[in-house]
Amino acid sequence: MHTKTLAELARGLRDRSFSSEELTRHYLERIKRFDGELNGFITLCEDTALAQAREADIQLSSGRPGPLTGIPFAHKDIFCTDGVRTSCGSRMLDNFIAPYDATVTARFKQAGAVMLGKTNMDEFAMGSSNETSWYGPVRNPWDRDTVPGGSSGGSAAVVAARLAPAATGTDTGGSIRQPAALCGITGLKPTYGRVSRYGMIAFASSLDQAGPMAASAEDAALLLQAMAGFDPRDSTCVDRPVDDYSAGLNNELKGLRIGLPKEYFGAGLDAGTAKAVEAAIEELKKLGAEPVEISLPNAGLAVPTYYVVAPAECSSNLSRFDGVRFGYRCENPRDLEDLYKRSRGEGFGPEVKRRIMIGTYALSAGYYDAYYLKAQQARHLIADDFKAAFEKVDVIAGPTAPNVAFRLGEKVDDPVTMYLSDVFTIAVNLAGLPGMSIPAGFVEELPVGLQLIGNYFDEARLLNVAHRYQQVTDWHTRIPKGFE
Amino acid sequence: MQWEAVIGLEIHAQLATKSKIFSGASTAYGAAPNTQACAVDLGLPGVLPVLNEEVVRMAARFGLATHSTVAPRSVFARKNYFYPDLPKGYQISQYELPIVHTGYLDIELDDGETKRIGITRAHLEEDAGKSLHEGFHGVTGIDLNRAGTPLLEIVSEPDLRSAKEAVAYMKKLHSLVRYLEICDGNMQEGSFRCDANVSIRRKGEHRFGTRAEIKNINSFRFVERAINFEIERQIEVLESGGAVVQETRLYDANKDETRSMRTKEEANDYRYFPDPDLLPVEIDEAFIEAVRSSLPELPDAKKARFMQQYGLSAYDAGVLTASREMADYYEAVVEASKVDGKLAANWVMGELSAALNKDGIEVEASPIDAAALAGLLVRINDNTISGKIAKTVFEAMWAGEGDADAVIEAKGLKQITDTGAIEQMIREVIEANPEQVEQYRSGKDKLFGFFVGQVMKASKGKANPGEVNKLLKQLLDE
Repeated sequence: MHTKTLAELARGLRDRSFSSEELTRHYLERIKRFDGELNGFITLCEDTALAQAREADIQLSSGRPGPLTGIPFAHKDIFCTDGVRTSCGSRMLDNFIAPYDATVTARFKQAGAVMLGKTNMDEFAMGSSNETSWYGPVRNPWDRDTVPGGSSGGSAAVVAARLAPAATGTDTGGSIRQPAALCGITGLKPTYGRVSRYGMIAFASSLDQAGPMAASAEDAALLLQAMAGFDPRDSTCVDRPVDDYSAGLNNELKGLRIGLPKEYFGAGLDAGTAKAVEAAIEELKKLGAEPVEISLPNAGLAVPTYYVVAPAECSSNLSRFDGVRFGYRCENPRDLEDLYKRSRGEGFGPEVKRRIMIGTYALSAGYYDAYYLKAQQARHLIADDFKAAFEKVDVIAGPTAPNVAFRLGEKVDDPVTMYLSDVFTIAVNLAGLPGMSIPAGFVEELPVGLQLIGNYFDEARLLNVAHRYQQVTDWHTRIPKGFE
Repeated sequence: MQWEAVIGLEIHAQLATKSKIFSGASTAYGAAPNTQACAVDLGLPGVLPVLNEEVVRMAARFGLATHSTVAPRSVFARKNYFYPDLPKGYQISQYELPIVHTGYLDIELDDGETKRIGITRAHLEEDAGKSLHEGFHGVTGIDLNRAGTPLLEIVSEPDLRSAKEAVAYMKKLHSLVRYLEICDGNMQEGSFRCDANVSIRRKGEHRFGTRAEIKNINSFRFVERAINFEIERQIEVLESGGAVVQETRLYDANKDETRSMRTKEEANDYRYFPDPDLLPVEIDEAFIEAVRSSLPELPDAKKARFMQQYGLSAYDAGVLTASREMADYYEAVVEASKVDGKLAANWVMGELSAALNKDGIEVEASPIDAAALAGLLVRINDNTISGKIAKTVFEAMWAGEGDADAVIEAKGLKQITDTGAIEQMIREVIEANPEQVEQYRSGKDKLFGFFVGQVMKASKGKANPGEVNKLLKQLLDE
């Protein structure tokens, strides 16, 4: 069952070939069997999942099931889930049972999907290797000594290992696309404002965006259909109609102009990864796409800009974790200052503290203009580069990450090298564009991701390109050894 | 040494919306702790603010009423600091781009002169919760009902030169926000509160002295006293060779003094930056025109009209238009009674205001409504009763004994205008006081008043005073 696509599973459920409860039990058993070594889940919701599955079965037999009715999925532990612990990968929220549902959570409930559990992630989504989690690192199912990428590392690993047919992720600087690439799955970060952020614990509000992680573009389209749409509770959510993401999947690519930014194929890109990405572009050419060399002259500004903007916003967003109303509180505080200092000192891990400090510094009197304001200006330049590019091309393609999965512990003590893992993904968040990663081959048995970047609200076109590519390749159907 | 005070006020007016500025929770005052704080007010992980459109309309009303610019684009910013009753660790406020800026308010000084006070800006922000230190053993209670209540912070230019001017400005603003129906003005509940920036300098000096900010003063009287105390304190410091320190001070009403809370060195770096959860507020001409057309007649315009239409003095018109409710009451009295505007003004500002003050009642809850007072004035005007008797009737009406006609009837207070009856009373008085008549007739004119008094006494005050005067003169001179 776990090798089927979401569409196939949905058909099986409607045909009564199997029930949602059987399907859910199948995945729960796989999780119990395999997740001990992967550590992809923080919280498993066995009882509620089975209850949801039984409800779905009633609807499947009597009501009008939707495309996700009875389909199990894994939810990144950054989305608030009413009555279920929502830890955000942090000791700070280890005891936090969310009293409400995030909009994305509510939409999946409404669609009748079955939540298997909450997946592991870098603490507060800050990391590119899933090593900053309070709950320990996630292992990459393709090689258990390597990282799955981050911050949505748990979601990527469990989908790759087929412990869940699909998962949610969030992406602030590459947190869906980079782990999707490193784990050989399909992940899409929508246009900023396409999916509600309400109830998704904020890292950097102007960059955060939720999206689907699945085995294929076809599956991702089904998930995105459930997630996308206006939400009056999120002022930055855009009120515009949602496309039918499945309708155009098979559109021809003839004449599609694919931009290849020269800045994405230069120094810093691993040779094997480059080869795989170039081969993928050849495939697209065969499908009728026309490559166009383009330039994103300010691409080099992306990482430094991001590491001012994101920490600045996070330093403020994470102020609410003060030990007063919820979350971790230190033992026996002497006074208010002691309560703050020790609750935050003990509740947050080192990467989170590093970013809070960077952000606090960047916003301080006397430094604001030089850092925060400058970064905002650079952000405009980066967005303008893309704007100019999309006058010449329909889609931009390149590598998702500069390397395949690296070894656990390899970069954990070198934050700057770690930050460069997102060198190709970050600019997309700064510009607010949709971006996607799809499996495009292997280097030494580790997956390579092809990144596709679209114009604003052009998710349907990205899914179309990805789907056509997946019709002529089989990278996305491969399952890591031992998980078949 | 001659010193001059330089004062600027920051006034926080709580906007009279039903729900909070960024959430749907109620803003009603006095509920049990934390019963009016929803997930957004509690700052739970993942929640987001959504701007209440009504606050934008209210801020625009204020902007237009103070001749200010209502900004086509304003931006919410985060003011970051840690405090237990500040749930998010930041307050959403406006910083570089406020919704209203560059306007003015004219105030009247004691000498009758008008002074123009600049309004630097007015910006929208959310209130914090409350820390409760009493009744909890060794811990602090947090009540977040107030968290997220909308405030308009109105910042004046340092144009005020005395505590009296500061109070006049504050009272004028207080009246204005109530006219505009954007704030209930309830100072006990903290709906209208003030921070005062005070400095002094030598007369003739153009540079400003170092200022102290006095926080959270919640009555007109305390504002006057706090500023006066602070001026005296600074004069003492300077005259004894010291220097004023830039600091935040607290006014203690019990001790009638200000004392230091924190100095500039201890001040927070608030690390303001635009709130990425909220879009800039964009206001177009059509919106402004719609707000403009919905504005009520404002105090200054109403005062000018009262002077012209009712022939009132500037003082009377000013008192009657100080609150919209009082002005409405006055106009209703004139409208219903058709009496002279000055007569109506005397009664509203005199007997009525005194009675309201004495019983601590607002005019809109007056036991004598405008129609009832008009009924009384009609009876003065048509000579049914004298002004003096009218006061007795008023008291009975206040006590709930019925309308003017019912009281006059029941107490038999109808004025005697029958000249025959009055003449009869006068003759009796003349007969009873032969000595005084003799003295009067031999030139002691002052005694005329004595005879008037005697006649009024004989009529139990009901004789028409005009008739009494006329007839008495005739009969005494016979």
